[in-house]
Amino acid sequence: MTMTSSQTVAQPLTHSEILAIREDFPILSTTVNAHPLVYLDSGATSQKPRAVLDAERTFLETENSAVHRGAHTLAALATETFENARATVARFINAADDEIVWTSNATEGLNLIAYAFSNASVGRGGIEAKRFALSPGDEILVTEMEHHANLIPWQELAARTGATLRFVPIDDGGSLRLESLDELVNARTRIVAFTHVSNVLGVINPVELLVARARAVGALVVLDACQSAPHFALDVAALDVDFAVFSGHKMLGPTGVGVLYGRSELLNAMPPFLTGGSMITTVTMESAEFLPAPQRFEAGTQRVSQAIGLAAAIDYLDAVGMDRIAAHESALGAKLADGLRAIPGVRVLGPGPGEARVGLASFDVAGIHSHDVGQFLDDRGIAVRVGHHCTQPLHRRLGVVSTTRASAYLYTTDDEVDELLAGVADVSAFFGAARRGARDERPAERPEMRGTL
Amino acid sequence: MTSAELNGLYQQMILDHARTPYGFGLTEGAISRSHQVNPTCGDEITLELHLEPGTDVVSSVRWEGHGCAISQASASLFADLVDGLPMPEISTRIDSFREVMRSRGTIDPDERLLGDAVVLAGASRYVARVKCAMLAWVAAEHAISLAKAA
Repeated sequence: MTMTSSQTVAQPLTHSEILAIREDFPILSTTVNAHPLVYLDSGATSQKPRAVLDAERTFLETENSAVHRGAHTLAALATETFENARATVARFINAADDEIVWTSNATEGLNLIAYAFSNASVGRGGIEAKRFALSPGDEILVTEMEHHANLIPWQELAARTGATLRFVPIDDGGSLRLESLDELVNARTRIVAFTHVSNVLGVINPVELLVARARAVGALVVLDACQSAPHFALDVAALDVDFAVFSGHKMLGPTGVGVLYGRSELLNAMPPFLTGGSMITTVTMESAEFLPAPQRFEAGTQRVSQAIGLAAAIDYLDAVGMDRIAAHESALGAKLADGLRAIPGVRVLGPGPGEARVGLASFDVAGIHSHDVGQFLDDRGIAVRVGHHCTQPLHRRLGVVSTTRASAYLYTTDDEVDELLAGVADVSAFFGAARRGARDERPAERPEMRGTL
Repeated sequence: MTSAELNGLYQQMILDHARTPYGFGLTEGAISRSHQVNPTCGDEITLELHLEPGTDVVSSVRWEGHGCAISQASASLFADLVDGLPMPEISTRIDSFREVMRSRGTIDPDERLLGDAVVLAGASRYVARVKCAMLAWVAAEHAISLAKAA
């Protein structure tokens, strides 16, 4: 839906191309529990190619110094490399350089927006920022499938301002129920915040529909791109969103760096969230004036080597080609979901057979807890995510407490998916058939321990 | 194809207790109740203590909840172990269990104190599973403190 036409015709990566890619990721040739690592947890965090590790190391060994301050040679070099990294990110998502704000991660990006609006709601930022002020009667709209990071900041913003938080419900298949969108997005709606791709369901949400409706009522659109930016070409201008966030570590980059995209006109009207050094023009003992975006939102010493590492990650992804990565992962996602569905007792959440999904699948094995499934797979060197994946309301809605999630990336092979499927097929036999009945009598064969010391 | 380590973690007694737990299901008349959640996985337990009237002896532990095989077996083994024991004695056993679970496999469990629950010691080698094993015992510790305060 959000993929460009070129993505639908891109060829998946060939087996030999994937093997060549894997050579760039040292961790992928390690063993875990005496088995070759099968890393199927890239949705949580991706592995890093040498190019990223080298970029950080090279910077630290040859250019490291404080950016945007100091007049010495290294300071100028570091500033240039740091700003080039920003330009790389901007180009990657089709934004302008000054529309890219470095954050620690996507969570901080979402909190930045929420707190800037919160500050505007108590009058900070002056007349320009009034457009962001929320008050009782205003509405914020999210969806039922949001990661906690795109839910709790809005809950808190609503609680601080008196605004009402509403959500778009999902159907049993995990798709947004948009039949009442015109009522959910109405004249009172100020913010529409939703995920591009669900980290649990793998479903790609119809950004265009939501943006069109938000535009019709003048609401701002916040896109959680954590699970899209790493996996297919993201064009924030074409999507026409006001804000987008994603994390570096999910897209081959380092931890500790994330990106907030905001339309320049909006960022420059918003009051800051974190305040302090490097984000001001004039400071007196009473007050301060702030730099334009992006520096306005980058208080304190920045994550410089991490930003440079993220730019190297983007260069790596671009060299492979986002369209081909998307085609590869789409095929893997289908293989994963179809294979899991074929295993007795396994329920796959999200899009059904033949429906679009990214390269991940979350599933429940009847009667067996996800921690036990994950432990069993780990014994074979297979790394998956277990639990609620920071989406408790979504799990509750779908009637499961926790699930197991396998998530692929550009370095994932067909063989690895086969290993996962074979492992899941063996889980039930190991743990035994699901049955629960309370036992009120202590089993006779077990020794009496009562009262012993 | 499963390793000795995995079979050591999921001993048959653990799987049996997980499938057919002891003390499962809440009943009327508890002196105290504790509800605990493992935030990393959403597992929950509600555990209640029933006392023999006029004493500090726990006549029965009743519990409900959902979770992995380790957490469910642990609750069952705990209930099985402590029914009929006075509360201070139960606290001693909880302390002993916690010490074992925090030991990364370096402390051998004392079977005189922990009975069949010694089979859970294997979980202490898996840092991510210690909380699963501790859930019921933490609930019991809380329930005992509530019972004492009552």
